[in-house]
Amino acid sequence: MDFASSERAGAQPKEITSAKIVVAGGFGVGKTTLVGAVSEIEPLTTEAVMTSASSGVDDASKVPGKETTTVAMDFGRITMADDLILYLFGTPGQTRFWFMWDELIRGAVGAAVLVDTRRISDAFAPLDYFENRHLPYLVALNCFDGAPRYEPEEVREALAIAPHVPLIMCDARHRDSVKAVLVGVVEHAMATLVEEQGRGFPATVG
Amino acid sequence: MGQPRQPHDPRGALVRPYAVTRGRTEPQRDIPIEAVLVASQANVQEARFAGHDKYRIALLCEPRAQSLAEIAAYHRLPLGVARVLVADMVADGLLALHSAAPRQGFAERMDLLERVLSGLRKL
Ligand SMILES: Nc1nc2c(ncn2[C@@H]2O[C@H](COP(=O)(O)OP(=O)(O)OP(=O)(O)O)[C@@H](O)[C@H]2O)c(=O)[nH]1
Ligand SMILES: [Mg+2]
Repeated sequence: MDFASSERAGAQPKEITSAKIVVAGGFGVGKTTLVGAVSEIEPLTTEAVMTSASSGVDDASKVPGKETTTVAMDFGRITMADDLILYLFGTPGQTRFWFMWDELIRGAVGAAVLVDTRRISDAFAPLDYFENRHLPYLVALNCFDGAPRYEPEEVREALAIAPHVPLIMCDARHRDSVKAVLVGVVEHAMATLVEEQGRGFPATVG
Repeated sequence: MGQPRQPHDPRGALVRPYAVTRGRTEPQRDIPIEAVLVASQANVQEARFAGHDKYRIALLCEPRAQSLAEIAAYHRLPLGVARVLVADMVADGLLALHSAAPRQGFAERMDLLERVLSGLRKL
């Protein structure tokens, strides 16, 4: 870890912008592994109390009748410049709480939905979630050892992934592979933004 | 100073979590989980008198900028509790809140995406 200072006394404080990319997917698909492959810190975990109330996270305590749950999310950090930090947030695998994630994806650059080709149907819930949100996302097939090798197009068909959603193969353990996934997310976000601008609907993200 | 891995807080992350905020669950302002906070050395000195939790937060954010999520994780506070404390500190001038990615404006958003893309390519 580095604790290098960019804001020491004397230096003119600079506005720092931080961005996030969300890494989603079912239980055990390799989300934490993916985050750890590129993060400059060991992935950290933080807990949020979520409620099904529309206000989202963390105000569970004042609505006793509402369904609440504590979810842990992992995240990593990439300090890109002294004024730019990218965070990667891994969602919890338990998909029955996906409807509570709106607050956490708000403002994200985009998302990668990881799919384990040995358990393709686990991807239905996360994919349903992103299909109904305004956030650019791609699908990354995490290639586990001994997993059946599908052609990407077979997977696209099996999961009914829309043609505009990029689909790529990856190995969540390898930095270069994860880099390619993240580059793919950002490029897709750019393409989406350009396209929306062209249509005259620059919607708010998240 | 500046050592972010704190020993486990004996109060525990889930034992009456809002006790440290005196029962308040609503932050003074909504702070995105990825927004970063910075404390100057002067802020750290001042935060000595703001209570243990706030002082620890200021210490963490002095050597380098830390997101709300990092503050919660290193101090083993539930996110909502960390958000209340941090929002108080921002209101009291003990921390500087920096900006999350712009959510509106084509040029602003494109500029950020380009910078993130080039940062990723340099990894
Ligand atoms: N062979 C192989 N193993 C992997 C890969 N990605 C992850 N694993 C292994 O799969 C297991 C689960 O990976 P995690 O990264 O913990 O998965 P996760 O999605 O964070 O899991 P939950 O948070 O529990 O939902 C770990 O033992 C990893 O080492 C991969 O690309 N290939
Ligand atoms: Mg995990």
